Amino acid sequence: MNSFFTRRYIIQGLFIVTALVLLARLFYIQVIDDRYKLSADNNVLRKLIIYPARGIILDRNEKVLVQNEPVYDLMIIPKQVKPFDTVEFCRLIDITKKEFDKKYKKANNYSPYRASLFEKQLSAKTYAAFQEKQFQFPGFYVLARSVRYYPDSTAAQFLGYIGEVNDKEIEKYAGFYTQGDYIGKSGIEKSYEDLLRGQRGVRNIMVDVHNREQGSFFEGKYDTLAVAGDKLISSLDKELQLYGEQLMNNKIGSVVAIEPATGEILAFVSSPKYDPNLMVGRQRGNNYMKLLKDPFKPMFIRPTQAEYPPGSIFKVVNALVAQQMGAITAQTTFHCPGGYRYGSRGFMGCTHVHGTIALEKSIEGSCNTYYGYTYQRMIDKTGLKPFKAYTRWREAVMKFGIGAELGIDLPAERDGLIPTADYFTKRWGSNKWGSGFNISLSIGQGELGITPLQMANVMAIVANRGFYYKPHLIKAIGDKKIIKEEYTIKNSAGIDAKYFEPVIEGMSRVVNAPGGTGYFSKIVDIEICGKTGTVQNPHGADHSVFVAFAPRQNPKIAIAVVVENAGFGSTWSAPIASLMIEKYLRDSITRPKYYTERIIKANLLPGQKRVLRPGIKKDSTTSKPVASNAIPASTQISSKKDEQ
Amino acid sequence: MNNNHNRSFFFNVDSFTILLFLLLMAIGWFNIYAAVFTDETVSIFDMNTNFGKQLIFIIVAIITGTAILLMDAKFFSTFSPIFYAITILLLIVVLVIGRNVGGNQAWIPIGSFRLQPSEFAKWSSCLLLAKYLSSGNFKLSDLKTQVVCAAILGLPMFLIMLQPDTGSAMVFGSLILVLYREGLSPYYLISGVLMIILFITTLLFGKLMVSLALIALTGLLIYHYQKNRKLLTTFIAGFALSIIFMFSVDFVYNHVLKSHQKGRIDILLGISTDLRGAGYNVNQSKIAIGSGGLLGKGYLQGTQTKFNFVPEQSTDFIFCTVGEEWGFAGSFTVILIYLVLLLRIVVLAERQRSSFNRIYGYSVACILFCHFFINIAMTIGLMPVIGIPLPFLSYGGSSLISFTILLFILLKLDANRMGINS
Repeated sequence: MNSFFTRRYIIQGLFIVTALVLLARLFYIQVIDDRYKLSADNNVLRKLIIYPARGIILDRNEKVLVQNEPVYDLMIIPKQVKPFDTVEFCRLIDITKKEFDKKYKKANNYSPYRASLFEKQLSAKTYAAFQEKQFQFPGFYVLARSVRYYPDSTAAQFLGYIGEVNDKEIEKYAGFYTQGDYIGKSGIEKSYEDLLRGQRGVRNIMVDVHNREQGSFFEGKYDTLAVAGDKLISSLDKELQLYGEQLMNNKIGSVVAIEPATGEILAFVSSPKYDPNLMVGRQRGNNYMKLLKDPFKPMFIRPTQAEYPPGSIFKVVNALVAQQMGAITAQTTFHCPGGYRYGSRGFMGCTHVHGTIALEKSIEGSCNTYYGYTYQRMIDKTGLKPFKAYTRWREAVMKFGIGAELGIDLPAERDGLIPTADYFTKRWGSNKWGSGFNISLSIGQGELGITPLQMANVMAIVANRGFYYKPHLIKAIGDKKIIKEEYTIKNSAGIDAKYFEPVIEGMSRVVNAPGGTGYFSKIVDIEICGKTGTVQNPHGADHSVFVAFAPRQNPKIAIAVVVENAGFGSTWSAPIASLMIEKYLRDSITRPKYYTERIIKANLLPGQKRVLRPGIKKDSTTSKPVASNAIPASTQISSKKDEQ
Repeated sequence: MNNNHNRSFFFNVDSFTILLFLLLMAIGWFNIYAAVFTDETVSIFDMNTNFGKQLIFIIVAIITGTAILLMDAKFFSTFSPIFYAITILLLIVVLVIGRNVGGNQAWIPIGSFRLQPSEFAKWSSCLLLAKYLSSGNFKLSDLKTQVVCAAILGLPMFLIMLQPDTGSAMVFGSLILVLYREGLSPYYLISGVLMIILFITTLLFGKLMVSLALIALTGLLIYHYQKNRKLLTTFIAGFALSIIFMFSVDFVYNHVLKSHQKGRIDILLGISTDLRGAGYNVNQSKIAIGSGGLLGKGYLQGTQTKFNFVPEQSTDFIFCTVGEEWGFAGSFTVILIYLVLLLRIVVLAERQRSSFNRIYGYSVACILFCHFFINIAMTIGLMPVIGIPLPFLSYGGSSLISFTILLFILLKLDANRMGINS
């Protein structure tokens, strides 16, 4: 003991105070402050997204339209690479030594520890060759991915395509997608995106300081499995679709075929077509630009986006609406002296001098005069003010699915056009206008826009004698084959069934009576009811239009064909429709080979020399320009203006 | 036979201290195992053998400790100048033929193991200090005694600084507490603390601010004690010294300290936050310990230490594994064990009859305390990163064995405190 004995307490006190300081600090960072727990998770936790297989799309007979094809990305972890035979390696994956060095350097610069992409999308064949020798190349491994594959390169505009999400889409889906994810951009791929994409899985892994995987977090307790996207069964008949595309080769236009009893779309041809496989893989960007720049706009979905004045086929609608309104009956006759004179204002020419004719004959002969009078009765002679009568007429027409989108399961469908009474009031400065002011609507010219889909739907209504189901492209979803409820609802066109017979009889004669405008397209033993149309086109040659359904009793198919700049409806559209009908109903073509060859080989693209085969009856239904029409030629709503 | 000879050699040995010693080594070993567990990809050779090697070191440490207990207690005090001479020699040798590991030329390779003379310098210096102060009637209030003591500690410190191993050198500074216990004026300690405060405030607030504060403080003191002439001179002298020191801080900081040391001080003081560079270690270490929570993630479940986010995790940062896997409960336990050990050593020291034993006992306490405090404070960001091991826990043969020698010499001295066999 010495005199400084008490100093021991100072020293012991120092020890105790120090320990307390350390403990206080530890208590703070370990128990109170949560910041470090988060940082620790950030350090080690990585969420890996497991991408599910995208749903496949089948045709109505469950044949594949689009499926997933495996491709193999060659990955590299530079740190794990051991010396190997680079010559052999380069030969296997078909690159040069120089490329190899460049890629290796790039990967190494990115990170020696992390995996990076060495070579993108090896084919299955290359992969097979590589796989055998893979053990010789430590540090390399292969990651299987899948891309969309279209075995028949068909129905591109209907199927659509997928692409990497853009910022807008990322924002729209609030965090579901991240940069680099794929999303349906067009067609079915877009409209059924949430079914096709499936459910993504998450795998939580832990990584070390070099970001190398160190196993799963909590033995996968928080992991979720990926669920593959739903299989979609489309209403399309692949054979019919392919045949339609073949017929429309080198033509611009649409073929839409609908099964009237269900509203299922059997064929959805938008021509020119393109190979959907172009929108996949390494060349996607270049191909996309090429397609965008193509003057014939292959990416334009003509069946739902191109709007045409329907021309003479609209007489079918007017005939039905007029009967329902009581403006005419099947027995009502009008005299056709070769045109329709409306007051002192003007004269609408007709193709022939039809004489005194009734309803059936007016359809068969496509008499403009008959519909001039009919339209006049509907608008001017109802006891209502004409502009009010017009609105009533317009509403009746719209019940046919005209002037508003039908709600097909494809994005960006267009409404079409049927002007309101207000439009004309505004245009003429007062509401004191009558049928003479828009008489061209009586024969489907002027300010009318109807998509090929809407035309086909009108035929489905006629085939069904008064109702339609929403036309749709996907008939069943998933393994349970769920049908969307909206497609099972009957929509009435507001026309009593009895009014259809005279119209259908007229349409039957168009095809089946010698002298009918569609007689050239008659099929033995199949009674086609149709109507030709030739649509004035201020931008160039007239569009050829034909609508039909068949057979007359218990119809199986309703169809609309539009061939742009092809002239008469009877020349091109009617034979195409007729071949499509036979293909669908008989599965074989009975007509001679030259008949189909002529269609397939015809090049009707703008800028080509017109070839009209002699011996074909000249279309009498052509609605000639109204001779002294006071109404200025309405703006044609052609596809050219509607391109995306 | 004499009664004395029937007694075991371990009679009178303080078994409580031995228990704490074994406990700390066991905790160390388990945590070293945890720190290297499941890392199969990087440096397989090192990793798979770290805890294996430590087990060997523990066995060697126990044997060494036993051997010390078997020795004659007089041996240590008698031969202390020779131990001291040998370690000084080794410290010189290591500067010449030593192996440079991690920037410090601190190791002499012997076979597959490496000897770290600075570790041995600790206990040999303590022995000589105790020997000197206990022989004859020196008073620590004498300047001559102070100078000799400073020389005994200063020589190894200087040589270790040359390696350069600042951390180990600093440990010698802690022996000032021993001198304080033996009679050194408390002003040394107080001025030491003041210097540290001045150093930190100068770096944090700049010279101008600190000067103004000093002027204000001195003025206040002079005004308050204006009647006491003697104090006035002290204040003025203190003020002058402070100003000089303040400017030397600047010089030391900018010209003496190396950039990594400056970086570590900046990080600690919050002057800079370089989480990828100088601040990486401390940040990751804090994350590891902080993520442990109250009860920890469980043994071998620590992710931060296991996946190498914390560097030096089995040596200087072994406490991270404790903190992460055992949480605050574990940290608390370890700190408690250390505290009990330190207090126990003070009790042992104070019950000695000879001043040699007591001085040596306090030296042991101070050295262990210094390591314990700096190491743990560093891992939780209370001290700059100073690479010194946590006694008995950190991986490493030299440090474990030299700490064992340090402690067991005291135990031997304590067992013989009645001087029965002397």
